Amino acid sequence: MSTRSKVWWVVGGVLIVIYCLFPIAWIVSLSLKAPSDVANGQFLPTDPSWTNYSTILTGAASDLFLPALRNSFGICLIATAISCILSMFAAYAIARLDFPGKKLILGTALAVAIFPVISIVTPLFNLWRQIGLYDTWPGLIIPYLSLTLPISIWTMSAFFREIPWEMEQAAQVDGATTWQAFRKVIVPLAAPGVFTTAIIAFFIAWNDFAYGISLTSTDRSRPVPAALGLFTGASQFEDPTGAIAAAAVIVTIPVVVLVLLFQRRIVAGLTNGAVKG
Amino acid sequence: MASIEMRNIVKQYGDGYPAVNDVSLDIADGEFMILVGPSGCGKSTLLRMIVGLEDITSGDMVIGGKRVNDLAPRERNLSMVFQNYALYPHMTVFENIAFPLRLSKTPDDEVRRRVNEASDVLELKEHLERKPANLSGGQRQRVAMGRAIVRQAEAFLFDEPLSNLDAKLRGQMRTEISRLQRRLGITTVYVTHDQTEAMTLGDRVCVLRKGKIQQVASPRELYEQPVNLFVAGFIGSPPMNFLPATLEGTTLQTPFGAIALDEQRAAAVRGRELLLVGIRPEYFEDASLVDEVKRPVGSVFRARVDVTEWLGDSQYAYIPYEAPEAITAQLRDLSRELDSEELRTQAIVSIDSTSRIREGRDAEFWLDSRKIHVFDPQTGENLTRDAEAGARLTQMATEDRVEQVEHAQATGQTVGSSMLSGPSGSSGTSGTSGPSGAHRSGAA
Repeated sequence: MSTRSKVWWVVGGVLIVIYCLFPIAWIVSLSLKAPSDVANGQFLPTDPSWTNYSTILTGAASDLFLPALRNSFGICLIATAISCILSMFAAYAIARLDFPGKKLILGTALAVAIFPVISIVTPLFNLWRQIGLYDTWPGLIIPYLSLTLPISIWTMSAFFREIPWEMEQAAQVDGATTWQAFRKVIVPLAAPGVFTTAIIAFFIAWNDFAYGISLTSTDRSRPVPAALGLFTGASQFEDPTGAIAAAAVIVTIPVVVLVLLFQRRIVAGLTNGAVKG
Repeated sequence: MASIEMRNIVKQYGDGYPAVNDVSLDIADGEFMILVGPSGCGKSTLLRMIVGLEDITSGDMVIGGKRVNDLAPRERNLSMVFQNYALYPHMTVFENIAFPLRLSKTPDDEVRRRVNEASDVLELKEHLERKPANLSGGQRQRVAMGRAIVRQAEAFLFDEPLSNLDAKLRGQMRTEISRLQRRLGITTVYVTHDQTEAMTLGDRVCVLRKGKIQQVASPRELYEQPVNLFVAGFIGSPPMNFLPATLEGTTLQTPFGAIALDEQRAAAVRGRELLLVGIRPEYFEDASLVDEVKRPVGSVFRARVDVTEWLGDSQYAYIPYEAPEAITAQLRDLSRELDSEELRTQAIVSIDSTSRIREGRDAEFWLDSRKIHVFDPQTGENLTRDAEAGARLTQMATEDRVEQVEHAQATGQTVGSSMLSGPSGSSGTSGTSGPSGAHRSGAA
């Protein structure tokens, strides 16, 4: 590559990075502006302050934000765990076994995934109120599963298909039951796939707004995205822009941490060296 | 340790295609049996039915006197080396080898002792803590073997274990497997498509074609008394030459002149219009180099040499010949079935490496007519096969094997109390002496 084209690649890359990260930078900057400073017409705050953060963490909005944060974490982690375990079994069956209706299951999963959330919310709202799931953790975990399971099954079965089948047969010849072969050989090999799936599933649940706002009414189960929508300013003449920005920044942190943590586990080529030379 | 008996084994796939068709085979306790044949002949399927990874459509699979048709692989207590080794990439070499023992809940110190023994035998000692990804092809192969020998299995099964190695390493591992098998004295079934491996490793070799057994015999019998055209063409490298011939009196008329047959063999082939004469390359010789004493047992002919290949220890000459259309087509079909491509009808002739015969010139060749075979072109049947002589050869091989096993037992190097604990390298492994035709692996 010549120096000239190298320069262009770098310039292009930097432009794309700026384009992608600008909204985030804006949110961060916004979260550091005092309420009076929000409309200052500049990118950077005139006088950076932590007021917004203290408002949502210890101040007036903390009653709304902190329980929501707890709910979000709990609900999303549980939904992710269940979805991972279920989709692991489903994907294994789809990748390994030949049974009638395999295509149908994959097709249905895809159909569920593309079904618009908003069209289900209203009937679900009524149903949940009838059977007492309204405004509870399970009341959100179940719809989140319907969002995360299809994509999890699809990703995971792609990973399972990559694992050489001989691996499992070797384990069976070595004296393993089907379950032992699955647990001791297949699952460790599929670990990168499981982590990737878990992260995707967590994001989907974490980012949901429609279910969060419709199926909850109190601190008991309201997740963060819904809580953000309910923020109010210090007075009715003041927009809660700064507080929302600060909350958005805080909500982004776990996602970033998650990716950084598991980045090393999502290495392709773990199966290198399993077969031939 | 156990014998394996197969009675009328059939494997039919969903579309009704029989991959294995009515196979009956007895493998004696401690015997090294080779399943060989071109790709798609059902040899791997048969092996996978023995180990239990493939369902048996009909027939009985009996291991150690027990019918195992309905047992899961883990209940059959067999160990297997896969073609691609199937090592567990997330475990160290130690844990890979220990895996079968861990599954059987063997105590820790016992596991350590046996893995160490196995790794001593296979010289894996310094690699025990590494992961399979960091090993070379040969080392991975040895780990796969370690996993097989670490527990006391009824039999070893090998599914083309050397096909992923380069030629040099393959030769080394071949002798290694042979040595190991003799030392442990365990029944072994070995699948390969490589006839050199079949000839050098096996006590007996089972040649399969399209799911059917063609011949089960010692390598020597296969080589010298093949039952049909297919076996004759498959065993031997370079392969046997097939020449069209007609019988006149007791003399065969071939493109390479007349070949005299004795009365008995002439009677066996009489009554057919067209015949195929099978002559191994080494039955030929440069006529000028043949001993005067030997000359009368063969015939001499002149032919134009197309190409010569000089290899130092030996030399090959290629002699094209004309053949009737029907024969040409049939030979082409045969060579295609044997996974090779014969483009022209030519004979491959082995001549002494000191011979001065050169390409593009006419030369005089001598051919030893004592060991030639005559085949029926329609059925492929060997008309001049001497079943008694063949049986004698296989009988000799069986006696050799018994002797070797006894020798191994006498020196305390076989399975049982002292599994894997004998000093390496000194066990009686003369079992690798193949017939002369197997000398050039991968030729043709």
